Order: sequence, then C-alpha cells, then structure tokens
Amino acid sequence: MSTHATTRIVGTSVPRKEGVDKLVGRACYVDDMEREGMWYGATVRSTIPRGLIRSIAFDRRIDWSQFTIVTAADIPGENIIQLIVADQPCLADGKVNHCEEPILLLAHPDKHKLRAALGAVRIEYDPLPPIFSIEESERQDQVVWGTDNLLKSFLLEKGDVASAWARAAHIVEGEYRTGAQEHLYIENQGVIAEYSTQDGVTVWGSLQCPYYVFKALRGVFDLPEDKVRVIQTETGGAFGGKEDYPSVLACHAALLAKKSGHPVKMVYDRMEDLAATTKRHPARVRHRTALDKDGKLLAIEIHLDTDGGAYATLSSTVLSRATLHSTGPYLCPNVRVRARSWATNLVPYGAFRGFGTPQAVFAMERHMDEIAAALGLDPIELRRRNFLHQGEVNATEQLMREPMFLEQLLDRALQESHYHAKRAQFARENAVSPIKRGMGIAAFYHGSGFTGSGELYLNSLGGVDVAPDGKVRVLVSNTEFGQGTNTILTQIAAEALGIQYSDLTMAAPDTDMVPNSGPTVASRTSMVVGRLIERACLQLVSMLREQAGLGATHTREEFLAACERYRSAHGEVSSMCRYEAPPGIYWDDQKYHGEAYGAYAWAIYVAQVAVDTVTYSAEVEEFWAVQEVGRVLHPVMAAGQIEGGIAQGIGYALYEKVVLADGRMANNQMTNYIMPTAEDVPPIHVFFEEIPFRHGGYGAKGIGELPHDGPAPAILNAIRDATGVSFHAIPLLPEDLYAGLVASQPVEEPALP
Amino acid sequence: MNAHGMATKDAPWPTIRFTVNGESRSVRVPPMKRLLDVLREDLHLTGTKEGCGEGECGSCSVRMNGELVNSCLVPVLQAEGADIQTVEGLALEGGLHPLQESFLQNGGAQCGICTPGMLMAAAQLLANSPHPSEVEVREGLAGNLCRCTGFMRIFASVAAAAGASEPDPAKEPVLSSKLEQTHHAR
Repeated sequence: MSTHATTRIVGTSVPRKEGVDKLVGRACYVDDMEREGMWYGATVRSTIPRGLIRSIAFDRRIDWSQFTIVTAADIPGENIIQLIVADQPCLADGKVNHCEEPILLLAHPDKHKLRAALGAVRIEYDPLPPIFSIEESERQDQVVWGTDNLLKSFLLEKGDVASAWARAAHIVEGEYRTGAQEHLYIENQGVIAEYSTQDGVTVWGSLQCPYYVFKALRGVFDLPEDKVRVIQTETGGAFGGKEDYPSVLACHAALLAKKSGHPVKMVYDRMEDLAATTKRHPARVRHRTALDKDGKLLAIEIHLDTDGGAYATLSSTVLSRATLHSTGPYLCPNVRVRARSWATNLVPYGAFRGFGTPQAVFAMERHMDEIAAALGLDPIELRRRNFLHQGEVNATEQLMREPMFLEQLLDRALQESHYHAKRAQFARENAVSPIKRGMGIAAFYHGSGFTGSGELYLNSLGGVDVAPDGKVRVLVSNTEFGQGTNTILTQIAAEALGIQYSDLTMAAPDTDMVPNSGPTVASRTSMVVGRLIERACLQLVSMLREQAGLGATHTREEFLAACERYRSAHGEVSSMCRYEAPPGIYWDDQKYHGEAYGAYAWAIYVAQVAVDTVTYSAEVEEFWAVQEVGRVLHPVMAAGQIEGGIAQGIGYALYEKVVLADGRMANNQMTNYIMPTAEDVPPIHVFFEEIPFRHGGYGAKGIGELPHDGPAPAILNAIRDATGVSFHAIPLLPEDLYAGLVASQPVEEPALP
Repeated sequence: MNAHGMATKDAPWPTIRFTVNGESRSVRVPPMKRLLDVLREDLHLTGTKEGCGEGECGSCSVRMNGELVNSCLVPVLQAEGADIQTVEGLALEGGLHPLQESFLQNGGAQCGICTPGMLMAAAQLLANSPHPSEVEVREGLAGNLCRCTGFMRIFASVAAAAGASEPDPAKEPVLSSKLEQTHHAR
C-alpha cells in the first residue's frame, strides 16, 4: 500500500534532538533562568464573577514604596489582548467579567513578600448577576457579551434535511455533554520580561506561538516590530494551553518590567494556573438523525453549543473545528449543523488538543451506538454501512481525493482487539459476575492544519541556512514542547539536503532570529511546516548544483564544500520558502462549503472496559488504536503522541472534572483534579497504516490531536456494552455511574448463582 | 538573587550540611525552606523541577539517604547530614546513566519537565528491585505524573534499562508496524 521512496533518516527513530539536555537536567525552562537585577511579579485577581470595581485600597501595614504597582492606567497602548476579537482587556478597567480576571499587578525583588501583599490589596465591587451555563446564556438571562451573548455561530448545510424526515424509516435523537478539561502541563505558565527604551520589550517564556505573543505585546505597548522580541524557552508541556494564554502573561510581566525598570519573572503556582488559565470548552451537542430501512444515513441534524467563557479568545476557531468534525467519517446526503458559542461569566475557555473535535466526536460516536441499539443493528455493522470512501463527498461537499480505507482500519482494529470473541466471552461472564466487561469502538477523523483558507492567510515562511562552521540550521517559529518539532524538522532537512541528522540544529525560537512559519497548533507542523522545510532544502540543493558546482549525487563533505563556494561568490547561504496550497483547494468561509482541510487522518479506536457494580468504578483494561496519519516520520515519537493523547482522552472520559463553585474552580489542585497515573493507564496498542500524503513533509499528515478525539466515546460505548446502560455525559465519575446504573435498572440484571 | 540567597551572609540561620551528588555542601538558610528551593536557588541545581508544590506530581523527586522524596515537602533542616542525589548526579562520569540512555532511545522523555523526577524514581526502583515486574514498575512510578507520554514509553525505557528482554520498539519495522509497549499486565 505504501509507495514512498526509500529514505535514510525520515522514518527512523533518531534520538530526540534536545533529548540529552532534558535527560541530564540541563534543559533551561523559564523558571530555571535568572536575569541580573530580576524582580518577581504577581497578579491581583477578581474574586467575583461579574461586577463593577468600586474601589481599590492598599493596606497600610505593607510598605508599598518597595513595590511596583501596575493598573490598566499604566498601559501605553491599547488595553486589549490582540487575538481574533478585540474584547479581552489586558487588565480589568472598571469592571470584571469573570473570577480570577486580572485587575492589578505587583512586583518586588523578594518573591516571598508578594503573597502577603496580594492579600493586602482590597477591592470593592458592585456585583452584577452572573451567568454560568450555556442555557442561561442562550436564554439571555443576562446579556454579558455583545448584544446577545453569542460569541460566534456557524451554519453548515448540505442537501435538504427538512425533506428527509418524512422519508425516514427511523429517526433517532440524543443529547450529549462534555465537561471542561484542564491541560495539566506539568510546567506551569511562566515568563520573564525586560524593557528598555532602546530595545523595547523582550520576553522569554513557556509558550507555543512566539508570534502570537509578539502581536499582543505590540498592541499593549504600541511598539513597532523592531522593538518587540519574544523567545520561547524550553516548554514543559502545552497541549494548546500555551497557545493563547502566554500573550496575557507576557503583557503583564512586560508592564511590570517597564514600570519597575527591572527584569520581572512571573511564574504561576499550580493553584493559580488551574484557577486562572484556559481549559477545554464544555459542550452540549444535540443530534437528530434520519435513517432508511437498511440503516443508511439519510439526514443528520446537529445543534452544537459550547461555553466560551467571558471573552472570545479562540472560541470561534474551536467552534469551527467542532462543526467540521461533527458528522463523523460517514456519507450522508443531507446535513445541517447549527453551531454556537456562548459567553458566560467563567474564565475564558481556550485551545486544547483536538480543539473542539473531541466534543463533536464524543457526541457523534456515542450517538452511532444509540442508533445501532434503536435499529437493532451491530454498532460495527452500522458504521460499515455508512463509511465515507474515496471519490465521495463529505459534509462540506469536499471530494475525498486521497486514498482512504476505513473498512481496512476497522478490520485491523477488530482483529487486533479480538473484538468479537471478547464481546461473546464478556456476555457469558457478565451474567455471573459483579464485574461487567464490554468493548466499545469509535470511528473518527482529524483534519490537518488550519481550516479552509487558514493556511493561505498564515502565509508561512520557513527555511534553512548554513553557517561558516558547517552547522545547518532550520529557521522556523514552530516550537518544541515535547511533541517532537525539533527532531521531525531536522530529520526532514537532513534527508532533503543529503547530509546527516547530526549536522542539523534548530535556530533559536526567537522572533529576532526566525521568520513567522505560523503557530505550533492544529497538527500542522509535520505536514505543513515539514513540507515547507523539505521544499526549502530541495531548493538549496538545486541552487548549489546550478551555482556552486554540486554534483548530481553528493557526500556530506561535498555539500559543505559547495556551500562554502556559494558563500564566497554570493554571500549568505540560505533558502526560504513560502506556503503553497495544494492545487484545487477551494473554501467558502460564508457557506462553510468546500475543502475544509488539505488532508485528514483517519482512525478506529477500541476500548475494553470493566465496570465494577459493587464500587461503581469503571476502568479501561486495554486499548487499541489503529490510524492512518500519512507517512510516519518517527515511529517512536508517533506512537508516543498517540499513547499520550489516549491517556489524556481516558482522563477526559473517566477522571478529570473541573468543579465550579460560584464561577471559581473549586478543585484547583493536583490533589483533587485527577489525571491518570502510571497505575491507571491500560496497555495501549498502537498501529499505523501509512498512505503518504503528497503535499505533506515527506508524506506526513497531522498526528498530534487525533488521539484525543476517540477515547471518550469508545470508553462510554464499552460501558454501554458492559452494562446495557447509556451514559451521555463526560466526565463519567463513579457517582455518575452509580446514579445511572441504579436509576436505569439494567435490562439484563444477572441472577446470582 | 532572591532574598533567601542574600540572607546567607549575615542572617542568624544555622548552617545545614549535607551531601549532594557526592559533594559536601552547606547552606545558611531558613530551616523550613524547602529542599527543592535550596537545590534550585542556593545550589543552582535547576534540574529538579517544581510541578505542584504539594507532593502530587513528583517532578521534584530526589533521592535522599536511599529513599525517593518529594523535595517540595522536605524542609531543608531534615536534610542535615543527608546524602542527596539529583538528576545532575546521575551521569557523573560524563556519559549518560543507563536509564538516561534508555529514555533517549525509547522515547521516555517528551517535554522533559517530569523527566528528572521520573529518572530519580526509576533509579530508586531499580536500586530496590533490579529486575522489576510490570506491576512494580507501575507502582514505582505512580507518584510521578507525566502528561505527555501516557507512560507506555517510560515503562519501556525502564524495562530496557533493567536489562529486560522485551524488544525495543524503536528497532521494529516501520511500515504498518506494531508499535506496542512492552507492559501488558496490570
């Protein structure tokens, strides 16, 4: 099935580029850095969800002359964090719209003095009534954003849904809910900022997107491009959580640095990070589905609503991706998806791995099992009858041009998991055991790269250069935060240039040093940026052949010698490329019609679950993940991405609950926000099928987000298989299982022997 | 320099002596200062990380007198006379420790922030049990949270370092390959 040419480096599991630094404790994260004369910063935050700030008072027991105090009045530019919609203030000015909203900043040379000072700033409010749910927001109990609380809406239409209901043999409806989820990167958010009149603002930080922070700083400080510099430090996990939030923190630290005249470090502790930073959007998804007598889809109607929190942040783009993944990998002639994101008085929700897709896939794939039950069909058979094939069109009427074979992925998943044999075995055993086991499945896809025309707007620029010492550097703004950017891009460059992996380094992720190759999000790095680097390298080789006498084949030494000849004749040895869209890409942003993504990764996941009907705990016992992600560039890292995403997906389904009390996170500690540990994760079996994608870096498609999309529905489908009871919401904690199992009185309650 | 660092000159704090990575060290800091902060701020050993500050995540794990401790929960006065090992002390001879080499080859580190603590937990595990069972590996690492890997490659790394006979997933064929971790039992 695979047709890719032989490669020397791509496709092998070379050691992680920065691996040794991380393993010996030398890798420098932002909290490991100090600057001469550095002070520390802290944030005074709103304690109420909505209201007007009446007064700010400073307790006289503190010697405030030792502190630098920053308020909205100290902002030299616009008091807005520039992202998509200009609605989120850098510091609250007169009113607050959510708990933990930043109001005032403090800096002091001794970080231990800050805690007492934070408690000595007294803010009085005139409270306004808050809203905390999608339902309150859509009813407009209070209008807290714009004129109608609606942050964004999309309408996706294909065919004629209205006429389909009358022809349907079956109509199945369902409502599904997903909760907020915390990224829980182990390194909390942190930055160091410096300011000088001559150089402007410099920020070092734990972040994904240096140019997002760059843009935000320019707006808040009203500075030209050459007076803002952003440098990513080693980043200890991100998962989307360091896509948008670092812009806020960087602006805060830079304001303190400017006013204090000192470098300022701001590193959140875990409680502040959990309480104040973004999380995955909670969602409510309603499905109404028409099927013919053979179980073929006639119409899909979906109402998908998300809670966006108090400001727009990335809610529109998260909603977009949710919309475009809501109908599953199925062929359906009539589709209508109405998607809305609603404002509430909660901490703004933001980007998190999958970016709306896990919410949409949970609903669709749970609903497929409900349809199967309603029709008396096997869930596998229902999916098989409706799978999308090459040459057919999806919900946006994008022609599936590339080869795809969901049936084969499904067959592989069933075979590897012994799905049918296990279901039969569990059906026998469950009848006489308080432990009920079941098997569940999810079929899904994930679009790689920015949506629609997004990659064209980004207009990414990236490339390579060769220093006189023979070091070849990859020049991109894409960042490493564990997922393997450094390794993958240097592998691609070494391959294309015909030199060794060890010849390659990554240029510092510093906006003064690297071009804007776009953000490190949306599973775009391997496919989109990888292709950019591959092209830039091939372009350099041609240039050296044409202008520096490099032969048709070359050794590493001949390559470096040609670089030096080129340098003597022309100066700098570098090669840059801009993004070029694959041919035939057409997207209508108004009608949500056309080529939504350049490529899709496809997957079938299977979960084996045990439900203890005495303790009401559910445990994933084993997990199988079969996927097609284009060419696998680095087998160990690719499997590591899948396994890590599945572990997060298991947490999303069964463990991780953000408890809110009056708009504040009540469990903002690792003690009571629970993620899966080494003792909780089941054996995870990862399988790749490879269909190289012509327009991706050495055939790659996106991989990073895909594995978070499938676990939750597969697990809850397995729980349905085990218990006969349908659960429609995650996280599904033991108390929820108890409530559901007791209330439902399972149909097949076993007689005790 | 932070205030506690500056306080070492003339503050009334008693001197606390201990051994770190084979070297004798002494500090004059508030006795309740966290060992984590003493290591990072006073001794500039920043390989040990803070993740939660409450003993849940294990990022700050170090070995103290042959036991694994969360250095965020240890007041430095408790380290008086102790023998402490941090990640910086794993590869003293210049080459990588077998665990570090194994994590490098098997994809045991992704973002790297949990890695120093994970390595110390793994080193402690192998010191107690040179050929740990799969259950022992899971138990031995249960106090160290990793959000990136889903733990599979960490288990494989520890097993490989322990000289287990499981196949190295990196060496298996690539195309449609069966990339499985080596620990199936719970």
